Amino acid sequence: MSILVIAEHDNNTLKAATLNTVQAAVALKNAGAGEITLLVAGENCGGAAEQAAAVAGVSAVVVADNAALAHQLPENMAPLLVNLCQTSGYSHLLAAATTTGKNLLPRAAALLDVAQISDITEVVSSDTFVRPVYAGNALATVQSSDTVKAITVRGTAFTAVEASGGNAPVTQHDGAAESGLSRFISEEMSVSERPELTAARIIVSGGRGMQSGDNFPMLEKVADKIGAAVGASRAAVDAGFVPNDMQVGQTGKIVAPELYIAVGISGAIQHLAGMKDSNVIVAINKDEEAPIFRVADYGLVADLFDVLPELEQAL
Amino acid sequence: MKVLVAVKRVVDANVKIRVKADNSDVELNNVKMAINPFCEIAIEEAVRLKESGVAEEVIAVSIGDTACQEQLRTALALGADRAIQIDTAQTLEPLAIAKLLNAVVEKEQPGLVILGKQSIDGDNNQTGQMLAALAGMPQGTFASQIKVEGDEARVTREVDGGLQQVAIKLPAIVTTDLRLNEPRFASLPNIMKAKRKPLEVITTDALGINTAHRLSTLKMTAPAEREPGVMVANVAELVEKLKTDAGVL
Ligand SMILES: Cc1cc2nc3c(=O)[nH]c(=O)nc-3n(C[C@H](O)[C@H](O)[C@H](O)COP(=O)(O)OP(=O)(O)OC[C@H]3O[C@@H](n4cnc5c(N)ncnc54)[C@H](O)[C@@H]3O)c2cc1C
Ligand SMILES: Nc1ncnc2c1ncn2[C@@H]1O[C@H](COP(=O)(O)O)[C@@H](O)[C@H]1O
Repeated sequence: MSILVIAEHDNNTLKAATLNTVQAAVALKNAGAGEITLLVAGENCGGAAEQAAAVAGVSAVVVADNAALAHQLPENMAPLLVNLCQTSGYSHLLAAATTTGKNLLPRAAALLDVAQISDITEVVSSDTFVRPVYAGNALATVQSSDTVKAITVRGTAFTAVEASGGNAPVTQHDGAAESGLSRFISEEMSVSERPELTAARIIVSGGRGMQSGDNFPMLEKVADKIGAAVGASRAAVDAGFVPNDMQVGQTGKIVAPELYIAVGISGAIQHLAGMKDSNVIVAINKDEEAPIFRVADYGLVADLFDVLPELEQAL
Repeated sequence: MKVLVAVKRVVDANVKIRVKADNSDVELNNVKMAINPFCEIAIEEAVRLKESGVAEEVIAVSIGDTACQEQLRTALALGADRAIQIDTAQTLEPLAIAKLLNAVVEKEQPGLVILGKQSIDGDNNQTGQMLAALAGMPQGTFASQIKVEGDEARVTREVDGGLQQVAIKLPAIVTTDLRLNEPRFASLPNIMKAKRKPLEVITTDALGINTAHRLSTLKMTAPAEREPGVMVANVAELVEKLKTDAGVL
């Protein structure tokens, strides 16, 4: 048995989610699933490969550097993964449960004719895993009978391994080809000075109660005082207050910071699914019946337009 | 071109599901069922493609027992032209669903297949990507915009960092995200009309596909409950508690 982890990166740097995924691989290794190889597939991805080799717990790094992999389109990436599994006999294929991992891994799993186990939160043994279903209202323990276990990993459930300390040998693999099926056109990435949602220690999230995108700066001022990331509910995103990548929830981002402050968010099942594993939850809502109070450690029934300026002052 | 839409019957999004006392499964008796919200968005997009003259026919397909005909009728009421039920009493895994859908794709030869990005019961987020692999087609997942231009579709995708645009060659697979559109409500006349639209039933056996499970669910447990919290009177008390009691500030 052996484990292949797909590194998430932008060719230059490794994304934080990779370190959480490697932690799940370490749990598998401890359960007897063999050594860990990290795959860095991209174009001119030497920077990311160098960082990959330093990740603690990794035994080998495979680099696939090819123009066809510049944007890691799944049509080109999935055959590469199949090729690697067939030539190197990996028994476990792991990716982060990010939009990149979710896009790619099922395509590779289907080509390998194996099931995928999505969004695992626990490794029970080399073939048995725990994963949340029904918006986190149930936890399924599932056992796989497939020869290759294709798994996506929920980052919040595994602490990041050290980014340094390792010294894995790097080998090149040139099995990639252009499928001709898809083309990358463009990307509009949000630029923010604030921490990334999934890696932040503190998150301040706004919901429909914020009334408009123009009011979000009130929330951002509070966030900046305490070095927090800013999140949102689906309602706030749908209404165009903030961009889609800020959505926390069942079908958005899953977060579990030290402190989550929900402002003007009612606490629908789908929102709770994305944040109820936070360490400390604060709810600020003018409706004392709001379901968010049922998961909150500290609740404040008040008008957010009074509270936010006061909070900014008090912090 | 034909557009094929995959529709799943799931527990209604407003239901808070509970785990059975014997930890074998979740309680699904007498629970309200509905069309998976992402599939509703998929139907809406297909119907809009037909209304704008890009598509000629919209076919809805669902895999499940007779009960899923209810969701197929909803799809027909929302504007699909005909429906296909692949009849099975089993709850199938995404890989098996993708194989069955691929058989329908081979038969119907659609130019575009639209699926939801995720079923809100199993939270798998797999089937569209798997179908794309099996059909040898490109995939535009988590779509917030689809434009068909000549022999390709331009898809805007909701990704973790923002938005990404890709061009995929037709025939192609698209999966829907929440911002793709806002589904319409079915009107009473359309609900009546839907009753007369064709609904074909195919058995899984007839498709000759091995749908054996690869995963077995050993148990189903409830997540840990959070400890009850406290209410604070004002901002000063809140900040004080966060600093001293919780130690997070
Ligand atoms: C398929 C599907 C997927 C979904 N995925 C997600 C998801 O990933 N994430 C997500 O968040 N939602 C998701 N939802 C939507 C979810 O069901 C809720 O509709 C949404 O979370 C509601 O957002 P909200 O709490 O901001 O809005 P509302 O429910 O409208 O709540 C607004 C709250 O603000 C309070 N408020 C208003 N004014 C003030 C004020 N001045 N001061 C203080 N409080 C105030 C109100 O009392 C209310 O509680 C999904 C739904 C579906 C069907
Ligand atoms: N039983 C089914 N019948 C029809 N379509 C399905 C079925 N299961 C899944 N799908 C489709 O696949 C999408 C993603 O589901 P999943 O991969 O289970 O999260 C759904 O939104 C549907 O479009």
